Amino acid sequence: MTDIATYNFAYLDEQTKRMIRRAILKGIAIPGYQVPFASREMPMPYGWGTGGVQVTASIIGPDDVLKVIDQGADDTTNAVSIRAFFKKVANVAVTTDTASATIIQTRHRIPEHPPTAGQVLVYQVPIPEPLRFLEPRETETRKMHALEEYGLMHVKLYEDIAKHGRIATTYAYPVKVEGRYVMDPSPTPKFDNPKMHRSPALQLFGAGREKRIYAVPPFTDVVSLDFEDHPFEVQTFDQPCALCAAENVYLDEVILDDHGGHMFVCSDTDHCEKRREEGHRGHLAPETHFASEAHSASEELEPAQ
Amino acid sequence: MTDEPLLRVSALSKFYGSRVGCDNVSFDLWPGEVLAVVGESGSGKTTLLNCLSTRLLPSSGTASYRMRDGQFRELYRMSEAERRFLMRTDWGFVHQNPADGLRMTVSAGANVGERLMAVGDRHYGKIRATAVDWLSRVEIEQDRIDDEPRAFSGGMRQRLQIARNLVTGPRLVFMDEPTGGLDVSVQARLLDLLRGLVTDLGLAAVVVTHDLAVARLLSQRMMVMKDGRVVESGLTDRVLDDPRAPYTQLLVSSILQV
Repeated sequence: MTDIATYNFAYLDEQTKRMIRRAILKGIAIPGYQVPFASREMPMPYGWGTGGVQVTASIIGPDDVLKVIDQGADDTTNAVSIRAFFKKVANVAVTTDTASATIIQTRHRIPEHPPTAGQVLVYQVPIPEPLRFLEPRETETRKMHALEEYGLMHVKLYEDIAKHGRIATTYAYPVKVEGRYVMDPSPTPKFDNPKMHRSPALQLFGAGREKRIYAVPPFTDVVSLDFEDHPFEVQTFDQPCALCAAENVYLDEVILDDHGGHMFVCSDTDHCEKRREEGHRGHLAPETHFASEAHSASEELEPAQ
Repeated sequence: MTDEPLLRVSALSKFYGSRVGCDNVSFDLWPGEVLAVVGESGSGKTTLLNCLSTRLLPSSGTASYRMRDGQFRELYRMSEAERRFLMRTDWGFVHQNPADGLRMTVSAGANVGERLMAVGDRHYGKIRATAVDWLSRVEIEQDRIDDEPRAFSGGMRQRLQIARNLVTGPRLVFMDEPTGGLDVSVQARLLDLLRGLVTDLGLAAVVVTHDLAVARLLSQRMMVMKDGRVVESGLTDRVLDDPRAPYTQLLVSSILQV
């Protein structure tokens, strides 16, 4: 880490960070409200988490411990790159362990280990406007938010039931925050929506391309929209994780071969590895192979000094 | 019926720069009454309608509406939130082109149900039952409830738009050329339907049209406009059978006889 001095701490200049922090503070003050901010160009393409990275860069300090997940996994390209980025530009400690992280930047998941007080979840958001696909005019949707006209959101759920017999929206499931603003919880599966409700962690949402920041402060009501006769429900899985036998967690389908072979495994890799270290075994878990691989992966993640 | 009007319009004018949209229009509209506004293109009919429905703010003049609690409220002094609430509960607006008044990418049932959901209805079964009921009232087959309006003919779209507007039981409906662009047999059925609904529900309506036959069929009273001004007004039959203003005489004598 000899080239740290060539960057400002955490990449962004201090004026930009102040601007983003102001947007974050406003977002916290008005839970669920989309605050416009002057999103900067980041050294990564839009859609890769430019909003989340800017939020993280604005709140991170030298003593923070950063965890980055992408679809629940610590070891995918996006997660590894963003972690490496902050190691380089802020020289912070990074981890894959959910409990010991102070900032968790995430795309599409909330970790299975419930976020705790003092932790900050930073979501990468592609489309912050929940009404976008029903009302394409931004001038109109902002007016609808201002006047609390949310009938249209239920039109979408109505369409789901009319077409599929149930609410078929499985991700980016709209929520109402603190009884006021309807918010897109970012493309997390609706499985994670209940975890947002009255969470002790601070939740920040950054949309870089759309130049919006919004927030859910700790212990805020986050209620998923539904109908009286079609109540909100989360996905269920009819089998446990094939590697760690965990139940009531969110599973990914993994294709094993081109003959239709597949298995369902935890989308949260940290959770899965911890359970396997504790000795839980799914029906497809190899004997020792995975445990050693997990070890070498976490060693690699120690900050290089 | 009460002895107070539903809508009081006084000296309403709208100027587009130095051009006149409508000038010094005054009238009262009573509950259950249908008022036709006729005139040639560019006579200010649609400007007047848009001002009345608060889609446009007038340059001067006032319009007050008797709310359900019996109090008159001045439309142009209400907050935007109140006006929009009025628009989707107590009022309806039927556009000439149904695509302007419908959501073309959601199903017919959702189009009818949207206003119910907007006023807080959260029971799918009840919303759907109401939508089914309204589709049958406007003569759309029940099995079309999950089709998008894009798959509907022009006449069906217009009927769907009417159902969507009437589902919250409004007291006042604005219509802008409701039969424009439809062929005559479809027009006839639509007019028949509209006349039935207006009578059954006791709706008051302001209908803008250039078609005098539509005005005669639907309305009890009419106003003739030219160059933004009202040149003649009175009972529909009187105006059409015994036009007084030279322009009305010209208009009436210009009807093509078949």
